[in-house]
Amino acid sequence: MSQKIKDATIPTIPLGARIQRWIGRNLIRIYAIFAFTYLFIPVAYTFAFSFNDSGKSNLIWKGFTFGNWQNPCGAPEVCSALGNSIKIGFLATFFSTILGTMIAFAIGRHKFKGRSTSNLLIFLPMATPEIVMGASLLSLFLVFKINPGFWPTVIAHIVFCISFVVVTVKARIASLDPRLEQAAMDLYANEFETFRRVTLPLVAPGIAGAALLAFSLSFDDFIITNFNSGTLTTFPKFIYVSAARGIPAQANVIGSAMFFLALTIVIVGQLVNRRKVR
Amino acid sequence: MAKASIEARGDLRLTRLTKTYGDFTAVDDLTLTIPKGSFFALLGPSGCGKTTTLRMIAGLEEPTAGSIHLGETDITTTKPYQRPINTVFQNYALFPHLTIFENIAFGLRRRGQKDVKEAVDKVLNLVELPHLAERKPTQLSGGQQQRIALARAIVNRPALLLLDEPLGALDLKLRRQMQIELKWIQKEVGLTFVHVTHDQEEAMTMADTIAVMNEGQIEQMGSPAELYDNPETAYVANFLGQSNLIKGIISGNDGDSLIVDLYGQKIALPKNRSHAIDNSTYAGIRPEKFRISLLETPVHGNVLTGGRIEDVSYIGVSTQYQVEMPWGQELMVFEQNDDGVAPFNKGDAVNISWAPTFTFALRGDEDVTAGSEVQPQDIDEE
Repeated sequence: MSQKIKDATIPTIPLGARIQRWIGRNLIRIYAIFAFTYLFIPVAYTFAFSFNDSGKSNLIWKGFTFGNWQNPCGAPEVCSALGNSIKIGFLATFFSTILGTMIAFAIGRHKFKGRSTSNLLIFLPMATPEIVMGASLLSLFLVFKINPGFWPTVIAHIVFCISFVVVTVKARIASLDPRLEQAAMDLYANEFETFRRVTLPLVAPGIAGAALLAFSLSFDDFIITNFNSGTLTTFPKFIYVSAARGIPAQANVIGSAMFFLALTIVIVGQLVNRRKVR
Repeated sequence: MAKASIEARGDLRLTRLTKTYGDFTAVDDLTLTIPKGSFFALLGPSGCGKTTTLRMIAGLEEPTAGSIHLGETDITTTKPYQRPINTVFQNYALFPHLTIFENIAFGLRRRGQKDVKEAVDKVLNLVELPHLAERKPTQLSGGQQQRIALARAIVNRPALLLLDEPLGALDLKLRRQMQIELKWIQKEVGLTFVHVTHDQEEAMTMADTIAVMNEGQIEQMGSPAELYDNPETAYVANFLGQSNLIKGIISGNDGDSLIVDLYGQKIALPKNRSHAIDNSTYAGIRPEKFRISLLETPVHGNVLTGGRIEDVSYIGVSTQYQVEMPWGQELMVFEQNDDGVAPFNKGDAVNISWAPTFTFALRGDEDVTAGSEVQPQDIDEE
């Protein structure tokens, strides 16, 4: 029946309306392409210029080379700065994760006097401008006659990382059904066993996320570090200082490597999660 | 102490158990014995204290006063993990990070049992889900999770199994099926089950003994048939099924019977079915115990005349009639349709009759609406 109707009898949609419809359907994609381009051009630039046969200044493209990747420590101080940043990052992450997780459990699970006040105070370091915190920490260290350097920097990093850890872990604890712990107790697990077998495994993804966050916050912190590190050079400090006379291509190599490492961690995490769900 | 309490066996005895939260009394001076091996139901609406009672038995809530004994062992202050008691939680509370096998093995492992495979496989077969051992709880349907929660509890062979609204999250058809299965499993494993529910049908289907709770206290306790047949209070009469409660005056004695005057018409009821404390009373009759007859038909037993049929609803197996009595009250009558179509019509003048032994008498100062406003399906348990 329907095949017998001639094509001409089907009303055609005018061109203007069709274009409008196409834009309507694809606008979000176009927008996404622009947004991601905007986000990733600096990363792509950094990555591309890590292959620049640059010599002293890495501002102008002078030719392609693998030399920078083969010898990432070629520029003076770049690897010792990176080493310092990694050491500080690990120490700050380790202590802030442990302390922050304990605070998160205390605030998230127990009722005590001053709980809501503590809850509020935890946010304070996050809200304080870094420049203020860096300066006050420095004056505090000087009052106690502690010279700026490695350990003051670690302590300063622990201070600002704790808040982020608490907030992240607390969110995970809040989503945990208290009946699961009751069920564990009901099934002959004492307080310690309940924590180890049920609470901790269920909160672990939150703790891991908090640790990653703490590490990345510590790793690229410049302002607070600049106040408290004295003569010690961290990776962000190195870049800041060398920016004046030209950043060596090795910095691009390390920056790109860090980016791909983070990307790999995220992708592996997603894959593991997906397999778990299946 | 811990060792002793975990091996305790015997009847569960609650003595003057009380739990208050600030000004609110959740459980009020409750004394109760649950015999070993029985299927016991705590029945009542939301907020009647049944879940709090269960949580105190489990050790998840500390009593304000009173004691809990299992056999001869006082377990009032012991920790949940020191009690030979396991719970099937309302939302199942399966551990999402463990497989079904590890969920079930959890209790056995905590008690130091090394070889758990045989016991876990056996209980998985009992709940007919042996193929799901390696799955995670989120991959299971609600009904399957319910069975795993049950398996996780009974694998430990506790002295007492607590079920907190265990079927509340299931749809009606599955709930019916699980009711029968739970009863069967209870007989099969021979454990004491304490079941908390607001669903009177669920309690009556499964339990040997039901305690109807109201405002932290036990209103009446007995077998489902006893409670239904001879309720002691208006609350029980209305909460378990439906009742016709007619105001009356006890006017005399006749051997083993009491004579009650209902708006000028005399009826009889057995003395041992009266819970009245003085002359004033409410006579109670279940709707299916009534028989309707036309005025000229001769009848036996108790008779109330002057009724007029106000409404007829035909529902297949039975017909429900609303009969208006001379004093203005509408009585509910359920007639079996074993003779085919409903024989009475709206507007018919009729007598209502019933056997005196089906009558119960409540106190005259009762609130006749107690327990009747509560519709089980409206309740959202705490």
